[in-house]
Amino acid sequence: MQTEEMRLDGNAVGGALRDLFAADVTGARVTCMGCGKIGPLGTLLQYGHTMGIVLRCPVCDMALLRIVREPGSLHVDMSGLSFMTIPDVR
Amino acid sequence: MADTPFIARGFHRSRPPTPAGRLPPGQYETRDFPVLSAGPTPRTSLTAWDFTISDRSEHRMRWSWIEFLQLPHEKPTVDIHCVTKWSKFGTTWEGVSVDTLIRAARDAGVEPAEYVVAFSDGGYTTNLPLADLAGGKAWVAFGYEGSPLPPEHGGPARLVVPHLYFWKSAKWVRGLRFVERDEPGFWEQLGYHNRGDPWREQRYQGDV
Amino acid sequence: MSELASSTAGGGNAIVPARLEWRVATVVDVHDETRHARTIVLDAPDWPGHRAGQHVDVRLVAEDGYQAQRSYSIASPPEESSISLTVERLDDGEVSSYLCDVLRPGDGLELRGPIGGYFVWSVAVGGPLFLIGGGSGIVPLMAMLRHHARADEGIRARIPVHLLYSARTWDDVIYRDELTGMANQRGVGITFTLTRESPPGWHGFHRRIDPAMLQETGWAPADEPLAFVCGPTPLVESVASMFVELGHEPARVRTERFGPTG
Repeated sequence: MQTEEMRLDGNAVGGALRDLFAADVTGARVTCMGCGKIGPLGTLLQYGHTMGIVLRCPVCDMALLRIVREPGSLHVDMSGLSFMTIPDVR
Repeated sequence: MADTPFIARGFHRSRPPTPAGRLPPGQYETRDFPVLSAGPTPRTSLTAWDFTISDRSEHRMRWSWIEFLQLPHEKPTVDIHCVTKWSKFGTTWEGVSVDTLIRAARDAGVEPAEYVVAFSDGGYTTNLPLADLAGGKAWVAFGYEGSPLPPEHGGPARLVVPHLYFWKSAKWVRGLRFVERDEPGFWEQLGYHNRGDPWREQRYQGDV
Repeated sequence: MSELASSTAGGGNAIVPARLEWRVATVVDVHDETRHARTIVLDAPDWPGHRAGQHVDVRLVAEDGYQAQRSYSIASPPEESSISLTVERLDDGEVSSYLCDVLRPGDGLELRGPIGGYFVWSVAVGGPLFLIGGGSGIVPLMAMLRHHARADEGIRARIPVHLLYSARTWDDVIYRDELTGMANQRGVGITFTLTRESPPGWHGFHRRIDPAMLQETGWAPADEPLAFVCGPTPLVESVASMFVELGHEPARVRTERFGPTG
């Protein structure tokens, strides 16, 4: 089974990201540090499976967001993401 | 967060825990080979592929694919353990012992160091002590179960270090860098252990 | 205790807790849609409401502490007070087989949600609406269709909706009767394509979705349809590319991948 057949997208981690952000961020616009591509977080490609969440740019594959949940802690790396615009719920 | 979790009526794990012995703590046995990747499958042509070992002074030893295949091969059969809790017994590989590679690199003037960073196509890295790569403990494998290593499992070649959690066995490996100080790799930066011994359950950084 | 953002009631996502909490919903009904899929109807206490396209995370905890978690799209429209999930039973699925074979009315089910701010649609967004689904990818699209069906006639007249649904066989089509019924509504187009066997006398499509099929069942780029594609990852990715190759704006197609089987 190829990785590409299995991969999900940013929609699938919307729940997990609520542990980090106070709002739903699947519709947030994110800018890739690697190539400058701007698009909704829901369009990022998800890898990492049970080890952690890795959301990558669909254009250049750069990792924009990486999260590992360890019992008692959440480790987060957002260095691949240069800007993020989160829609105001209200 | 609830103190007492809600127990789902009639739900239990689908696989009964295997008794200890061959299984490190917290693991269960699987018969399949789950594919876990941190990114898309790289597609490097064999003409473009090379494997390099370098030190901090940039001394380097390099093999092309053809040169690599001409090195002595071994066919280890080993148990492998993933930090996501599955273990697979008796996996068979074909590859070059890392000892062979390090010896050749040394002869070419590359200075080993206490720690190593293994790096792969696609940008994946993992760090481990040199002591865990030397002494018949690790291979760069290009064959699995008698066939060429498939891309989703790391082909054309991957690192195989079975005595550590399998995220250390970098898929699509392209080389090793000797470093004086331990340099956390892709998963280690996010909290996974610098060494990763499954028998001591070294899953995360804080684990002893 | 979660803090609630100050809000007024009335349509859509008015109330969003600062932290998404797990809550225990009660199963009120289960019924089979096909031999592989079952709908579970739930009552969730203090449910804040949801938008069509959103999903919930479901968590199962065994007595020994073993946990498994999966995401399921909400099949019911926002207008209904209870939540429906349609679950496809996967061969080795420990969660899907529990939900399809063990769970029964009266049981509790732990979930959190609603989740999703990208793959969502409501009549306020407008159309024309082009829904493309494969396998269990029909579920969030069904919530959108049901929401559309509840709108008043004026709105429905303004927003045509077409569904293109790819399934292996006629017996694998989830919500089959409801969908064929919807096809009688003005402005609603329902097209099935069967990729394995078709029943005797079948005059519909009998192949995988391709650009010609998208052109025939959808709208031209000049009409600026809004497309939602959901199902197995390979289907979603190929349909989304086809859509763009046909000349539609990439931003007008939204995708949700369900993984290998979907």
